[in-house]
Amino acid sequence: MDKIIVAIASISGILFVYWFFLMKKEEDAVVVNTSSIDITVEGGYFPNVISIPKGKKTTLNFIRKDPSSCLEEVVLGDFRIRKNLPLNKKVAVVVTPEKTGEFDYACGMNMFHGKIIVT
Amino acid sequence: MATTKKTFLLKGMHCASCVRVTERALKKVPGVTEAVVNLATEKATVSYNTDSCTPQQLADSIAKTGYTLELEEKSDTTQATEKKQELQILKNKVMVSLGLGSLILWGSFPGLIKISPPILHNSWILLLLATPVQFWAGLDFYRATIPALKHRTANMDTLVALGTTVAYFYSAFVTIFPQVVMRIGLDPMPYFDVATIVIGLILLGRYFEAKAKLGTSDAIKKLLGLQAKTARVIRNGKDIDIPINQVEVGDIIRVRPGEKIPVDGIILDGESSIDESMITGESMPVDKVQGDTVVGATMNKSGTFTYKAIKVGSATMLAQIIQLVQEAQGSKAPIQRIADLISSYFVPVVIMLAIVTFAVWYIFGVHQAFVFALLNTVAVLIIACPCAMGLATPTAIMVGTGKGAEHGILIKDAESLEIANKINTVVFDKTGTLTNGKPEVTDIIATGKLRKEGILQLAASLEKGSEHSLADAIVKEAEKRKMKLGSVVKFHAVAGHGIEGVVEEKQLYFGNRKLLERERISITAFNTQIAQLEHEGKTVMMLAQEGKLVGLIAVADTVKESAKNAVQKLQNMGIEVAMITGDNHRTADAIARKIGITRVLAEVLPDQKEAEVRKIQKEGKKVAMIGDGINDAPALAAADVGIAMGTGTDVAIEAADITLINKDLHSVADAVILSKRTMRTIKTNLVWAFGYNIVLIPVAMGVLYPFFHVLLNPIFASAAMAMSSISVVSNSLLLKKVKL
Repeated sequence: MDKIIVAIASISGILFVYWFFLMKKEEDAVVVNTSSIDITVEGGYFPNVISIPKGKKTTLNFIRKDPSSCLEEVVLGDFRIRKNLPLNKKVAVVVTPEKTGEFDYACGMNMFHGKIIVT
Repeated sequence: MATTKKTFLLKGMHCASCVRVTERALKKVPGVTEAVVNLATEKATVSYNTDSCTPQQLADSIAKTGYTLELEEKSDTTQATEKKQELQILKNKVMVSLGLGSLILWGSFPGLIKISPPILHNSWILLLLATPVQFWAGLDFYRATIPALKHRTANMDTLVALGTTVAYFYSAFVTIFPQVVMRIGLDPMPYFDVATIVIGLILLGRYFEAKAKLGTSDAIKKLLGLQAKTARVIRNGKDIDIPINQVEVGDIIRVRPGEKIPVDGIILDGESSIDESMITGESMPVDKVQGDTVVGATMNKSGTFTYKAIKVGSATMLAQIIQLVQEAQGSKAPIQRIADLISSYFVPVVIMLAIVTFAVWYIFGVHQAFVFALLNTVAVLIIACPCAMGLATPTAIMVGTGKGAEHGILIKDAESLEIANKINTVVFDKTGTLTNGKPEVTDIIATGKLRKEGILQLAASLEKGSEHSLADAIVKEAEKRKMKLGSVVKFHAVAGHGIEGVVEEKQLYFGNRKLLERERISITAFNTQIAQLEHEGKTVMMLAQEGKLVGLIAVADTVKESAKNAVQKLQNMGIEVAMITGDNHRTADAIARKIGITRVLAEVLPDQKEAEVRKIQKEGKKVAMIGDGINDAPALAAADVGIAMGTGTDVAIEAADITLINKDLHSVADAVILSKRTMRTIKTNLVWAFGYNIVLIPVAMGVLYPFFHVLLNPIFASAAMAMSSISVVSNSLLLKKVKL
């Protein structure tokens, strides 16, 4: 009996993990109308998806509140930017996107991701 | 009027009124056009006219209000101190958790239990020892996991937190309710050693990894360290020492022997020998005289001179190099895409595998199935190491690009570094790249009534308005002979052909064979002489006056000393070397022979160089183009890897993927070697990181148990996991030892 319960619980657990982590819907993009936006770094980047117009110089202020060493660097590969993010300090990253499209960025170990949509 | 915008650290503010006070104080300073103070970032951004206002005046004005405007950049040192503090805290946690963990292990591990003091056999004591490790040393795992789960993401911390929490709470339950555990037929044995030692070892791994990672950015630190701290500026007739960031464009700076040159500029007075090795990698000191440019951060060896600052702050060559290297280190190599893809699924998949492990062991296990299921699940969660995959590529790119910068090879981005590894054909532009680009007049031959002096005088008069390197040789020769040059009207340069114009009311054409053919001027009578000169590698320029050839001027460029060896080095690596030039075939062949190049692309007009590069690419070759002039820019951009010589123009450097600021042709081969070694390191790292997870996760799940009765204790799993990240970073650091 206990084995059946464990089997059912395990299958449910696997389905739950799949749904919880891998079927997550992408968040709606936050449209940046001003020249800067604050991005909180805590278990990821929030807002996770931002939208900025092509050619507009925008400052992304990263504030890391998460002690995980995973998040101590942010890498915006498409903009050739790698920045250290000291804990609880605001770090300004200036981007001027030259082409439209979706550009992912990630932590130094590539575990957490954010997205910049250039329109 | 020169205006500039600078951001300064402003200290001592507490509220919005402080912002108003400080902004007002800054705006009061004559020359300030705008001042914005940000309370949150403690920064003041000031736009001001550099002719009437200095940063010191801004600092003085702020000081009067009781606040402090920092003129010195402290961010790097502050960052370094903070990193040191972080490392110290981590070290303390490692020592405490491994210390307490060892006591717990001594009191509970089967082989050690007999030689341990009886107090350590008490589960309550073990619980007491394990609790601070779990919730103090391991706090960061929870602090990272909770927000991540809130946002439905997971990383390595999630796995460690899950694994150790399961082990800790099971052990705590066994300690508090041993009868319950015994009633279901299990031995009430706690596993506090697993929870604590795993935390200790993973933190130890992080400590070493963080220390090793500091080494990957050594190149940037070295470059930053090159900068002079102060400059001796002449103001109001007096020499005063000021901090480097207060030097402004137009300042006159005095440099004495043995001193560092603070910023970029032009020598006004005096001469010296300057060691530029720290910037360019060029080992020989360079002699500089009045009118020559000097580069900030280089070392003045012998003379005293004064110079005018023309580039300061972020505009200096050193600052530009640092920015370029930082940008390259922030870029992503295409090879990383596969790691990106896998790492986005990795942690959820490992959690699913851990659940499978528990279920299989519980359902099919025979003896103490629950305990086996539990320990193997913890081992799976602990051994998985996504960090190694994430670190495999970027750490190697950081060390590789940094190593290049130290040797005067500036790599624009990771992609360029990756492609350079596949190069099998190198095309050198001839003039200024393989040759010194400073041709000299070697022969003047009269072909009509005009005498040699007359030919030179007319040619030089025509050429003095031209920017072509051959023109310079002719004008210099005329100047050497102290000739008086005539004025030119209707001057017109015909790209790739030559020039035309009217001197002393006579229509003149001066250029190559193509120009005369275009003008239908016969040269057949002198073909033998022309051929002979061209065979000797000389460029023959023909002067025609009123429709007739009147003279020939031969000009020869000298081959760079390093050219032959550099070409040989590339050929030894199995790379085909070609030369591209606007010269005719004979001249080009003669120079190519001297250097040892067999493939010659001659008589290529500037706008055809790009097409020639594309033609070679169509043969299936991966092409690197090396050039230095504005006319090379399209070809540099078209090539798979464009390499600009540092002596070249800004346009060429802008279009290039790699810039050789050391001006050394050997560095072309070095860049390819560096690329090959970096790619090899990345591939080794990726194979290791993937291989580690692919092999050890199944072992932790217990796949070997049915055959060999081998299981992986979670403690060994944590040791392996800690080692895997360190080994990847250490392997990348080995790139520092590559000999270039």
